[in-house]
Amino acid sequence: MSDFETETEIDDETGVETTGHDWDGIKELNNPLPRWWLWSFYISIVWGIGYVIAYPAWPMITGATQGMLGYSTRGEVASEIARFEDQNSALTSALSAVDLNTLGENAELNHFAVAGGAAVFRSHCSQCHGSGANGSKGYPNLLDDDWLWGGTIDQIAYSIKHGVRNEVDEDAHYSEMPAFGDMLEASEINQVVHHVRSITGLENDADLASLGQPLFMDNCSSCHGDNGKGDREIGAPNLTDAIWLYGGDVESLTQTISTSRFGVMPAWGMRLKVSEINAVAAYVHQLGGGE
Amino acid sequence: MLNYVKLMVLGVIMLFAAVATNFARDIAYQTHALIILGVAFGMFIWVLRNTDEPGVRIDTNGYMDGVVRAGVIATGFWGIVGFLVGVIIAFQLAFPALNLDWAQPYANFGRLRPLHTSAVVFAFGGNALIMSSFYIVQRTCGARLWGGNLAWFVFWGYNLFIVLAATGYLFGATQSKEYAEPEWYIDIWLTIVWLAFLAVYLGTIFKRKERHIYVANWFLLSFIITVAMLHLVNNISIPVSIWGSKSVQLFSGVQDAMTQWWYGHNAVGFFLTAGFLGMMYYFVPKQAGRPVFSYKLSIIHFWALIFLYIWAGPHHLHYTALPDWASTLGMVFSIILWMPSWGGMINGLMTLQGAWDKLRTDPIIRMMVVSLAFYGMSTFEGPVMSIRAINSLSHYTDWTIGHVHSGALGWNGMITFCALYFLTPRLWGRASMYSMSAINWHFWLATIGIVLYAASMWVSGIMEGLMWREVDAQGFLVNSFADTVIAKYPMYIVRGLGGVLYLVGGLIMAWNMWMTIRGGEKVAAPVGIPST
Repeated sequence: MSDFETETEIDDETGVETTGHDWDGIKELNNPLPRWWLWSFYISIVWGIGYVIAYPAWPMITGATQGMLGYSTRGEVASEIARFEDQNSALTSALSAVDLNTLGENAELNHFAVAGGAAVFRSHCSQCHGSGANGSKGYPNLLDDDWLWGGTIDQIAYSIKHGVRNEVDEDAHYSEMPAFGDMLEASEINQVVHHVRSITGLENDADLASLGQPLFMDNCSSCHGDNGKGDREIGAPNLTDAIWLYGGDVESLTQTISTSRFGVMPAWGMRLKVSEINAVAAYVHQLGGGE
Repeated sequence: MLNYVKLMVLGVIMLFAAVATNFARDIAYQTHALIILGVAFGMFIWVLRNTDEPGVRIDTNGYMDGVVRAGVIATGFWGIVGFLVGVIIAFQLAFPALNLDWAQPYANFGRLRPLHTSAVVFAFGGNALIMSSFYIVQRTCGARLWGGNLAWFVFWGYNLFIVLAATGYLFGATQSKEYAEPEWYIDIWLTIVWLAFLAVYLGTIFKRKERHIYVANWFLLSFIITVAMLHLVNNISIPVSIWGSKSVQLFSGVQDAMTQWWYGHNAVGFFLTAGFLGMMYYFVPKQAGRPVFSYKLSIIHFWALIFLYIWAGPHHLHYTALPDWASTLGMVFSIILWMPSWGGMINGLMTLQGAWDKLRTDPIIRMMVVSLAFYGMSTFEGPVMSIRAINSLSHYTDWTIGHVHSGALGWNGMITFCALYFLTPRLWGRASMYSMSAINWHFWLATIGIVLYAASMWVSGIMEGLMWREVDAQGFLVNSFADTVIAKYPMYIVRGLGGVLYLVGGLIMAWNMWMTIRGGEKVAAPVGIPST
């Protein structure tokens, strides 16, 4: 035990006394607490006391103190939502009741529907259909006029409300293409692929395509039509318009025909209000392909 | 005799690990069992070869510096690993193709991200803290480390923990708690190692030859004790099987969230703040050759800091299922914490009083000033972001990422570099670092890197916060989430470049350390001997 009784000394540079401690050559100056620091600390404590009186803060036995201002985070959000709901209430109720086919006649309501529909689309639809509504593989592009289940505003609203091939809504669009890999030979599927590519004007092997034509008539035309134009009643895509949901190259088409596809869309009627369904239908309808 | 006991214990561990490898229910657990089998086998052979051999007498009069040397090397190594993974995941965010289809599921962002955070916080930061603690506590107590080879157990045990944690992340074992991802058996192992660390540290303090305990030791001890407490409480979980890595948390819902952020916030508070303040309180006065500015300030800000920090966790859960009262308390304590945090910055910077001229000549001092400046900046930014109204903008945005990194890269990284530059020549008996101009390069690369990082994340974070909340006159959202992702793209590239600069600085440091250790003349008795 050494240096118990160390001497304090005056630091040459600052003229301040040290504490007399010395650890591995480190000494300490005996400076007071900086005034501005101490006062800032005091002020923050006083502010803190005031704040916990004003706002919900202290847990008690049956609940917490509510604060003098009656503030709550949920209340803050709710009042903001309520403000907009009040402001829009007339338009919202008009939109819930409107016949969508006449929506275009009411400019104000139409503008409100499209703006609101765009917001609903960004929140709920863009994850699959893209924030620009241009879709991606397996998720239809909503900007073009190629509709699987119909492109009138009522048909769009129906698709949104009930969805496609989901298991929760009895009225959901439903159809199922067979997996032809179980029924046709691989060579036959290849012939059908080339036939399909021929009717949509893509590069194909004419010999294979002509062999595929009767196969198409036997197996595919009942849904896609003799000319391959599809059938919206059963969501059978038009195969002649060069628009492909899962790709039009030989590999993708082979897979589609062999294993089939089964695109699913949720029934938004179970999650959104009628006014929101109508709004997003109006938004999608005016994107470019609405009928 | 003791060796026979060791051999038996290692044999039992090997047997258990072999059984565990066989019964393993998931690949992470199996990999870990194999690692433990390998480590136990290596130690078995090593002990066997030393049994009944004449032992090497260790001089126990001097300081125990071998373990500190190992810690210095480990700190440098893990730093490079952590920075590198950080750069990779930064560019993965800018260019998703870098998630590499052929390397799935191992190389995706979700698995590499905890690898990065744990590598920098626990591997780089943790090794820095352990080795600095071992160095500082000996010097400031005038005593050799207590517990003999227990300090070596702490070093190797901690680094085994890191290897287990890192491989676990890559193989998909995680309990999904931020900064507490390792699964149950790794948590148990860390607990054992950490208690050994506490024992070595406290033992050394108990046998000190100085009457008073130096301020650095207050901070380091508070760091060790609090981290033990946080780790134990936040990791209470029940394993699904003793042969698998999966476990179920005891707490659920908002209780689990609150426990996690009580842990998470104080991991920042006691690991990255209190622990590193301990380093700062030793290395700054030593490097500057000046007395600590104010003993009074160190007492007051120490007690205020450790009292207040522990309450501030709820500010991570504003506007969630957490009740408003808890959120208010978290915010109020965070703001009162501002001045106590700044006490450390004031004491550090004012210690340079009378040594400011060294800023021109000593790049290490310059690093210390930048480190303290970033400490002050981020401990101001933190309370600001804890204010509910500001948090409603900043939360979940890149602003948070920028805030963390101005603290981590600026404060923790820079002060650790200073410690490495201070310790390397002293521990290997060299007059100074191999190249002073390399330190200067490191300083500028790291500083510019941090500035690019923090500035790009401010821009990106505030922009995305504003875009998320933007509504038109009728209250409808203006932007989709994907719109904000696209808008952030240029900032992500700037951030990645900042990370590259920081990594290059780290590589220069590693080279400089290597050259210092490898070459140069030995300097006689560069390190003091404990006073008797």
